[in-house]
Amino acid sequence: MGTAIGGIISFLVSFAVMASIYAIFSMGLNVHWGHTGLLNFGVAAFFALGAYTSALVTSPMPTGVLANYVKQAFGLNAPFLVGVLAAAIVCGLIAVLMGLLTLRLSEGYLAISTLGIAESIRIFFNNERWLANGPQGLVGLPQPLHGLVPPAHYNYIYLLIVLAFMALIYLALERGIRSPWGRVLRAVREDEVMAGADGKSVFLFKLQSLALGAMIMGIGGALYAHFSAAIQPSVFEPLFGTFIIWAMLTLGGTGNNKGAILGAFIVWALWSWSTFLILKIVPPAFATRAPFIRYVFIGLLLVIILIKRPRGIIGEERQVSKF
Amino acid sequence: MPELIVYGIVLGSIIALGSVGLTLIWGITDLFNCAHGDQITVGAYIALLFASLFSRIGFLQAKVGPFSFHWGVLLAFIPAILISIGLAILIDRWVYKALRRAGAHFITGFIASIGVAWALRGLIYIIWGADFHFYTTGLRPMLFLPLGIKLRVDEIFIVIVAWAAVAAVYIFMLKTKMGKALRALADNPSLARVSGINTERMLMWAWGIAGVLIAIAGVLYGIETQLRPEMGWIFLLPLFAAVIMGGKGSITGALAGGLVLGIAQQVSTEWLMPTYKPAVAFIIMILVLIFRPKGIFGRRKV
Repeated sequence: MGTAIGGIISFLVSFAVMASIYAIFSMGLNVHWGHTGLLNFGVAAFFALGAYTSALVTSPMPTGVLANYVKQAFGLNAPFLVGVLAAAIVCGLIAVLMGLLTLRLSEGYLAISTLGIAESIRIFFNNERWLANGPQGLVGLPQPLHGLVPPAHYNYIYLLIVLAFMALIYLALERGIRSPWGRVLRAVREDEVMAGADGKSVFLFKLQSLALGAMIMGIGGALYAHFSAAIQPSVFEPLFGTFIIWAMLTLGGTGNNKGAILGAFIVWALWSWSTFLILKIVPPAFATRAPFIRYVFIGLLLVIILIKRPRGIIGEERQVSKF
Repeated sequence: MPELIVYGIVLGSIIALGSVGLTLIWGITDLFNCAHGDQITVGAYIALLFASLFSRIGFLQAKVGPFSFHWGVLLAFIPAILISIGLAILIDRWVYKALRRAGAHFITGFIASIGVAWALRGLIYIIWGADFHFYTTGLRPMLFLPLGIKLRVDEIFIVIVAWAAVAAVYIFMLKTKMGKALRALADNPSLARVSGINTERMLMWAWGIAGVLIAIAGVLYGIETQLRPEMGWIFLLPLFAAVIMGGKGSITGALAGGLVLGIAQQVSTEWLMPTYKPAVAFIIMILVLIFRPKGIFGRRKV
């Protein structure tokens, strides 16, 4: 009995870590789509860049026999926080480059362009083995504060780290969107022409929003890399890298950071728990196909929510500036 | 090199067929349908189901002329098309109609279509499992053309059927009254409505036409490669690129986009790893958009 409860708790902790990481992506996407109206379908690009940057910055260069099997462009062996910071900076810079190329496109075209860029980046990591070991990816990534507790209990420590990042990002964003800067972003979202007529550089504000959201996503990517301790390009395919995050934000409530977090927890709970429940119900002969019921389940849920509650579970609040 | 161009035309014809349906729906209903790829998968699997049923009938087991597939597969086009039409219309009735009524943002429809895509793919996994399936087993006859071009006989069938289907839709849209009404709806929905066009009935037609193209694309794609639950989803990304390059609602644009991408992807393997093919499609698309933000054949809104 005791081990059963222990198993449930450790499952809950690793669930909470992943859901919080997804909540960070969801808040990053909320900066783009919720607050500025940018259709970024390339979340996976920043997910991958953040994860790979932090992995390369924090891991040592492989030596000896290992060097024959693991190729990577560099390995700086730097501390965890340096990796996270580097991930944010790289994602911010790449976002500025992407923005200069694509932000003048109208919304639908922007969506598909960012999707295309994200896929191209994933394919690049997959093909260029010298960069980050190609399809096999990087394994055994360092984990912060690892020596502190026995490995079996490490996830508790990591949950605290992830929750701290989530809280900091939430508080910073809440301040940001209530500031005059946040008001300009919403003005751009509601009516670009009017915002431009008021003397605001629409392009510059969009670029700032793209970079800020991308930096948050980069942090999310870095946190993911050090949690799973192994990354490979297949993690960053559009379904799990981008679309599930859109489902989270839309479900929770676009434009509301609490909604972004709530949506991440709900969708991830449905996704990771439904397998368990389904496997308990269906006959063993059907076990290999049963997990796919969750595709049907989440797909239908998304459709129903969009029809019944188009603004999500908790929609956008009225933003009133605090003086 | 000439060989790669011929392969590119084969690939481009399938992409073009898939993207014409996608661009029609985008132009007429303003929905960028993410479930298009998975609807293609459904079409392919429905044909598989009927092909195996039909193959129990003796005379349908014979191969069609020089091709690798049986008469049963050819006959299975019919139920696949009918069910695909029905599915497309039902999805519109159940999902997109409610969103239209609520006056939802086009991105809401886009995300709803992702939900539809997941649901369809889940059903396919549940019914048919994750394994690969083939319409036929055994040898696939080859054709040896001049200039050292090796081509599968099936691929000639694929190219001809794809172009015939696209041409039929093009003529339908250009010449028939229904086609004109659909184009009017795409140009200006509210003007079409006040001119007495029954828009909901028109949308049924649009989805029906898309359903036909979807089923044909699915079966042809299945003949060219193999059937697996992810086939349509993976196929969707080059379709997006072709449609975007062609411009919203433009059939000729989607055709040109499909062919350009098909040829470019195959020719690029002369210098790049074949795994770079999808990236080549996207980079061409982004370059086109930077210089022509409304697509190659896109019309500027006045």
